[in-house]
Amino acid sequence: MDYLLEALHVTKLFGALKANDDVTLRVKPGEIHAFLGENGAGKSTLVKMIYGALQPSAGEFRWMGRRVAIPSPAAARKLGIGMVFQHFSLFEALTVAENIALAMPGPFDMKALSARIAGVSREYGLPLEPSAVVADLSVGERQRIEIVRCLLQEPRLLIMDEPTAVLTPQEADQLFVTLTRLAGEGCAVIYISHRLEEVKRLCHNATILRHGKVVANVDPAEETAASLARLMVGGDIHVVRAAAPDAGGAVRLALSGLELEADGPFAVALKDISLEVRAGEVVAVAGVAGNGQAEFFDAVSGERRLADDAMIALDGRPVGRSGVNARRKAGAAFVPEERLGHGAVPGFTLSQNVVLTRHACDPQLARGGFVNREAATGIAARVSKAFDVRKAKPDPEARSLSGGNLQKFVVGRELDRRPGVLVVNQPTWGVDAGASATIRQAIVDLARQGSAVLVISQDLDEIFEIADRIAVISRGQLSDAYPAASLSAERIGLLMAGAHERRESAHAARA
Amino acid sequence: MSEQLLSIILTIITASTPLLLASMGELVAERSGVINLGVEGMMAVGAVSGFGAALLTGSPYLGVVAALVAGAALSLLFAFLTLTMVSNQVATGLALTLLGLGLAGLAGESFVGQPGVQLQKIHVPGLSDIPFLGPILFGQDLLVYAALIIAAGTSHVLFRTKAGLVIRAVGDSHQSAHALGYSVAGVRYLCVMFGGACAGLAGGYLSLAYTPQWVENMTAGRGWIALALVVFASWLPWRIVAGAYLFGTITVMGFALQAHGIGIPSQLLSALPYVVTILVLVVMSGNKALTRANTPACLGQPFVPDR
Amino acid sequence: MRLVLEKRAEHSAKMALLSPIIAIVLTLITGGIIFALRGLDPLAALYVYFVEPLATSWSIEQLIVKATPLALIGAGLAISYRASAWNIGAEGQFTAGAILGAVIPVFLPDLQSPLTLLLMLLLGIAGGMAYASIPAFLKNRFGTNEILTSLMLVYVVQLLLDWLVRGPWRDPQGYNFPKTVAFSGWQTLPSFQLLPPSVGPVYVNLGAVFAVLAVLALAVLMGRTLKGFELSVQGLAPRAGRFSGFARNRTVWFCFLLSGGLAGLAGICEVMSTVGQLQPGISPGYGFTAIIVAFLGRLNPLGALVAAFALAISYLGGESAQVALGISDKTARVFQGILLFYILACDTLILYRLRFQGPAASLVETRT
Repeated sequence: MDYLLEALHVTKLFGALKANDDVTLRVKPGEIHAFLGENGAGKSTLVKMIYGALQPSAGEFRWMGRRVAIPSPAAARKLGIGMVFQHFSLFEALTVAENIALAMPGPFDMKALSARIAGVSREYGLPLEPSAVVADLSVGERQRIEIVRCLLQEPRLLIMDEPTAVLTPQEADQLFVTLTRLAGEGCAVIYISHRLEEVKRLCHNATILRHGKVVANVDPAEETAASLARLMVGGDIHVVRAAAPDAGGAVRLALSGLELEADGPFAVALKDISLEVRAGEVVAVAGVAGNGQAEFFDAVSGERRLADDAMIALDGRPVGRSGVNARRKAGAAFVPEERLGHGAVPGFTLSQNVVLTRHACDPQLARGGFVNREAATGIAARVSKAFDVRKAKPDPEARSLSGGNLQKFVVGRELDRRPGVLVVNQPTWGVDAGASATIRQAIVDLARQGSAVLVISQDLDEIFEIADRIAVISRGQLSDAYPAASLSAERIGLLMAGAHERRESAHAARA
Repeated sequence: MSEQLLSIILTIITASTPLLLASMGELVAERSGVINLGVEGMMAVGAVSGFGAALLTGSPYLGVVAALVAGAALSLLFAFLTLTMVSNQVATGLALTLLGLGLAGLAGESFVGQPGVQLQKIHVPGLSDIPFLGPILFGQDLLVYAALIIAAGTSHVLFRTKAGLVIRAVGDSHQSAHALGYSVAGVRYLCVMFGGACAGLAGGYLSLAYTPQWVENMTAGRGWIALALVVFASWLPWRIVAGAYLFGTITVMGFALQAHGIGIPSQLLSALPYVVTILVLVVMSGNKALTRANTPACLGQPFVPDR
Repeated sequence: MRLVLEKRAEHSAKMALLSPIIAIVLTLITGGIIFALRGLDPLAALYVYFVEPLATSWSIEQLIVKATPLALIGAGLAISYRASAWNIGAEGQFTAGAILGAVIPVFLPDLQSPLTLLLMLLLGIAGGMAYASIPAFLKNRFGTNEILTSLMLVYVVQLLLDWLVRGPWRDPQGYNFPKTVAFSGWQTLPSFQLLPPSVGPVYVNLGAVFAVLAVLALAVLMGRTLKGFELSVQGLAPRAGRFSGFARNRTVWFCFLLSGGLAGLAGICEVMSTVGQLQPGISPGYGFTAIIVAFLGRLNPLGALVAAFALAISYLGGESAQVALGISDKTARVFQGILLFYILACDTLILYRLRFQGPAASLVETRT
């Protein structure tokens, strides 16, 4: 037996839900092994069990041929298993060295550790300053901390959970070099991703999960991106259909010289942002997480008011100093990134959540200060029907819905108003393929019916699927918007890394 | 004059010590991400337990131990509710204060008016007799030194050891700490109980050293002032020491002015520490840069791991 | 064995209703154990404590007298806590209301007309509001923790009251007792007969009417209006509240002014009826007990009304137990504290299921 890790008939139950169902797979030393699957297919649950963060309900793991239990992450690390989380397990207020020390066994010697960190980061080309505080670092640097933290323990198996989702294409390339080198040294890598092209490029083996079950084990080099996608989804994928946009639409959303101060020590300030979105088109704002997207959404939605009315105009009407409800009344609608707790109140029913964003612009919902529950229930039912929101009872609490269904509701709630301007942050983050397709199609349809749509997204595939023009945000500054067809992923990557921050060079590049 | 100054300084030290103890304990709990508003209740129970145990055994030191144990025991109740049952920390802390004050009032009924057992000040031959500095540096009761040692220890553990790093990590991101395999609830249980033990000690100091007798409500809001001190100190141990001594000074200055017969109503002077607390909180909260950097990010937030 | 929580998909409506009842039953059991440990017959003691206060018309009157301030304050606090505006200084706002309202009898004892009554009540409300506006202002302007400031202000106003009744406001004919002149005529609350003599004549004062009206009004506010919706959102998900266009500052102002005004009203009603003058110790801790009332009533105004009676019984029971059993009336405060603990523990069951977990099965497998 020359397998490093084997999972044999592993099942994991959460209450009645089977997150993993009789999963069997094998990983060899030195192999980069992809776990492919949609959101909710059970990839994360499976690797959490391998990393000891969850315990299987049935089945067993073997490590180098021997049956093992992995009761805790510490036990996993002891075996030689390291993991880089999708949502990093870092501590913002602590330094790089302190973050790494927390994962290291043995005596506590910060000085020696800092020296080792410097050594490993030099060796693998992962520059890191041990005394820097995490809160001040970029997403790419944070990922380097996670990787160095694993490497210091000389792992035999490294688990990477969606590592490139937060990186620029160039940063991703750098990561592939590191991973390939590690594999060459005999370390196995479990690589979770839904980016099929990079899996084809990087991985030696791919296990495909669907609804918690293993549906196939393939050599990705022999497959096409389309065939892999079919295996993941279990059928053909819906492709957004859209007529070409009307070039001469009126400007419905105009940002000019938008500025916003940072509201905390770790927040991003927005600098001189200008953009026009016309009737009929979808404009996307691409960028790596943490470059001011949240602040940008707050500024455009009016959750944070601006200093000057002229910074934002809706259908020519300046609204910079108005709040979110005044902007809604002017015909705009907003969908924030966080569904639970921002776009919807988890403990409220769907009908109450209708009141949440529509009480000001739907006079029938709140007459004379009283809430009209019947009207709210009616709207909730209409939205649920139009967007196929699956739920266990007519008006359940928002928290009981799955991510995809809640996102359909939150988007549908706004589209139901037929807004003249729609601003969406991460429309399909963490949502299954079916719901994603519905949402993307609805967004494009809205634009083609004459609305202006602004989408903020970190997902380049999504952006290329729906956007007519693309601008890139980096450190609080927005590049010009370029026609989607004229931009390559590489070009966007350069913009993400801040190539447009000197305006002249951006203009030169366009010429 | 120097006699008078000496006695004022000695009173300041006694007035500051309970604040120092209670807020140092709360600081550790808050660094781990738990805000325990029950300090006042734990102090009251510590005070009555310390007084009672000393009275029964005749030993003030057993009184100190009893105060410590009582404070820790009461905080265990809080920990069970907020950490195991994930109840709201604000509400549970208030409940702890109400329960603690009630328990202390009930248990202390028979102690009212009884002369207490005083925690004696130490006397080091030679050193304690040095004029002026002797009594200040070498003539305090043991808890005064213990409080300063606890402060030094807390600072050392928090910033120089792995255990302290884990405490700060749990307070900064319980999700990440859990993902790395640390027991968030376990760390927090210990920190909350440390806070309870310190609050108990602080209460015991009141009834054994500050005014060796039992009076209902003798904590008089000191538990709340201790909570404010943690904010004042922006979660840094040495600033707690400075803050506690500052507040002790303010309290004693009130009494000193009164003794000099200055025509200010005594109630106004008694209100001084509370008013100053509010002012200090206002100044500190106005200064975002100072407070935000050290505020534990998970302070007050419940944590339930996925299973 | 470990106790673990399992999240429910939705909150359990059944547990929401049951949780206060379970809490009360657990408190009674705990109380019985405490009595038994003190060598008393637990059932008899519980009877004296919790049933006797309901037995006579006089005690029912007393019950209403005690429940009135608790309901007034508790309902206001319930709404504030719903919105996560943590006003815990109601005891101080109660006192501030009593002090400001007392300006009339102290300085204008001869001002006697129905308008005097109205004026005093309004001053009481204004006093509570004004005092509550301090933590609200500091919270909004500087982000100062409202829990600590509102609590500190309790001590300050109690010392102010102490100074007033010992100093400038002391009744010159009062034999040096620390109190103001006794309120009289239109400076006291009128009372009326609630139940006829055939049942046992039960008189209540106007304060009880205010309490019922306030509770009903707040129930409508929370259940039907957009303002109530706003308060719920702000408490459950502040980020969503901002997205909904509600300003956090205005919510804080609203909650503090409302709960402070109600506490002030309770304060002036108390000194205009039961106490009859201004003196130290006008409240047996109503402002703090009302915190328990708010939670026992599940932060719901109607619930607070019911809870106010439950807590009023514990006050009366404490008094009668002292007479009949010779146990301290301080037991009441302990019961109140224990009750609040049980409520908070039971409230967890609304969102979670409890499960006892044996040693993990996988750990046993390791040994093979």
